[in-house]
Amino acid sequence: MDSGARTPTRRQLLSAIAKVGGTAALYQAMTSLGHAAETQFHGPPNLQGARPGASVIVLGAGLAGMLAAYELTKAGYKVKILEFQNRAGGRNWSLRGGDTYTELGGAAQKVGFAPGNYLNPGPWRIPHHHRTLLHYCKQFGVALEPFIQFNHSGWIHSSQAFGGKPVRFNTAAADFEGNIAELLAKSINAKALDDAVTKEDRERLLEALKGWGMLDNDYKYSASLKAAAHRGFERPGGGGVNGAPIPSKDLSSLHDVLDPQVWTSMAFFMGYEMQTTMFQPVGGMDMIGKAFARQVSDLITYGAKVSKIAQDDKGVTVSFTDVATGKASEAKADWCVCTIPLGILGQLDLQVTDQMMAAIKAVPYSGQVKIGLEMKRRFWEEDDFIYGGHSFTDQEIGLISYPNNNMFKDGPAVLLGAFARDLGAYRLSGMTPEQRIEAALAQGSVIHPGSYRKEFVTGASVAWSRVPWSLGCCARWNEETRKEHYQTLVAMDRRIVLAGEHASYVGCWMEGALLSSIDAITRLHKRALEA
Amino acid sequence: MRKIVLAAVLLAAFPAAAPVAAQDSAGGVVRVEKPVTGEQVYGQVCQACHMADAKGATGAGTIPALANNPRLAGAAYPIMVVTGGKGAMPGFSGMLSNAQMAEAITYVRTHFGNNYAKPVTEADVAKLAKPPPAASH
Repeated sequence: MDSGARTPTRRQLLSAIAKVGGTAALYQAMTSLGHAAETQFHGPPNLQGARPGASVIVLGAGLAGMLAAYELTKAGYKVKILEFQNRAGGRNWSLRGGDTYTELGGAAQKVGFAPGNYLNPGPWRIPHHHRTLLHYCKQFGVALEPFIQFNHSGWIHSSQAFGGKPVRFNTAAADFEGNIAELLAKSINAKALDDAVTKEDRERLLEALKGWGMLDNDYKYSASLKAAAHRGFERPGGGGVNGAPIPSKDLSSLHDVLDPQVWTSMAFFMGYEMQTTMFQPVGGMDMIGKAFARQVSDLITYGAKVSKIAQDDKGVTVSFTDVATGKASEAKADWCVCTIPLGILGQLDLQVTDQMMAAIKAVPYSGQVKIGLEMKRRFWEEDDFIYGGHSFTDQEIGLISYPNNNMFKDGPAVLLGAFARDLGAYRLSGMTPEQRIEAALAQGSVIHPGSYRKEFVTGASVAWSRVPWSLGCCARWNEETRKEHYQTLVAMDRRIVLAGEHASYVGCWMEGALLSSIDAITRLHKRALEA
Repeated sequence: MRKIVLAAVLLAAFPAAAPVAAQDSAGGVVRVEKPVTGEQVYGQVCQACHMADAKGATGAGTIPALANNPRLAGAAYPIMVVTGGKGAMPGFSGMLSNAQMAEAITYVRTHFGNNYAKPVTEADVAKLAKPPPAASH
């Protein structure tokens, strides 16, 4: 095909637009060309030309804080980071054998996982459109592997449907779709939709219902090879004498498949953040935090508990104590990027406007619970043919999620035995670590009755409402608080700017923390040059 | 009489309906037995943060103690905090019924070294509770 010497390619055109109008113009142009609407990341901020000697203090060595420190250092600022923990990464975190974790209230867990096994208490999966995080993973050398998000063979369990027995996702989903298709076909054939759908489209819709909805020639969802090809077989096709497949005949009733556990599990995978492809770092989520920390390691002061952030026309003064010795110190800088989670920040002595203080105190946090269970063998693979992905349950644990790595290997493996939220999470959080493991085993045994307790070796749990350095998992905005407080929260308060997932619309995701950080330091740099 | 009501508590973040990025969550629905008495609500909800002994805890920040807490002398303050939230603590209007919150507040005000005998009623809570917020995101 002749593209014509004078006709610019799309790439040339976009490149020209970027040169003339900058990345914002490029983004607009790409959007209007039908591209790139999936992210607000337009490349690293590329800040340059800080005033000589200008300094920034960053509070918190999570991803937002470390990215701010990394990019501001490149721009020429003198940067220091204060971190409460003795570890960088923040909520980007993995627990491994030999680690000890002490939660608020004093309960300590010595993690007993075998070498190579881990639990990611915080983030654990990365959507393919989280371009900022993927960009820096590549830049900092973090190896990623697929996270098996969608597994048709996982179990769906509802205490109020299918007699309380788990059913395979593909079976439940096929039966939901088949039942709905049959009803819709019935409406069409009863002429109930004649007013709403043209004759031509009625024919096309009936064809779609037969194909997508697995209906037979009488527009019934019935036991057939067509249905079995979605939901599974009584005897799958094989070779030789008994090669012929036998369709499964135990079709679910409409009543069962209308249990909300079925459609919410199906809809879960339709969510933008939950769509495949997803990724995880090889070796544990904290490989990302560690890679960021390598870039800024000489800037971090660990074990620093901040008590006060003061500011005046000349700069910012942060008061902190050394957690181990109790020694009080001050750190001064021209500017401050503060990534301390809001629940903690709101308890500090802050020299910010009343409106900013009100915004900081207006956002509650969620308290998810994760429980890792090490099993002697991969019974989910060996017995159930489940390789990664999730089983959903309406019990407190929420789900069981299966490891995405080391498939087919012998030896112990850690599965995620709970990702609880809301009332399920509160109940599990209020328990001792031992009680949580017992609850997870009891509830998981409903999904894997024969093997769960038998194969169990050891477990670890993190209840985010009791995490000493965050007092929760994620900031929870609602429409009211967004309207009233969000712009105040993200605006610079003289010399202080906040960053973190809480200062984004991609809350609870690492991507939100990074996008917030880039936006915050870009504005800080502009302000610093204008000052 | 301990009446345990099995209630379907649908708390799923339905990603398809969410206007912006949904929080990372398990998917599906959660059904838990509905706590009824003050002791049950405390143990299954409040205790997640305030601890079994109601003494709270301190790390980088503090979860306040409810034990021996003079701020519980008047009923209005705990009702406002439990229904509307405070700092990192979410408001429980919408997640818990007014009756559940009343039971829990009454329980805390009469246990853990607190001795404020007058029960908080469902009507007291209804008077002070704001309507629950629209979907979180």
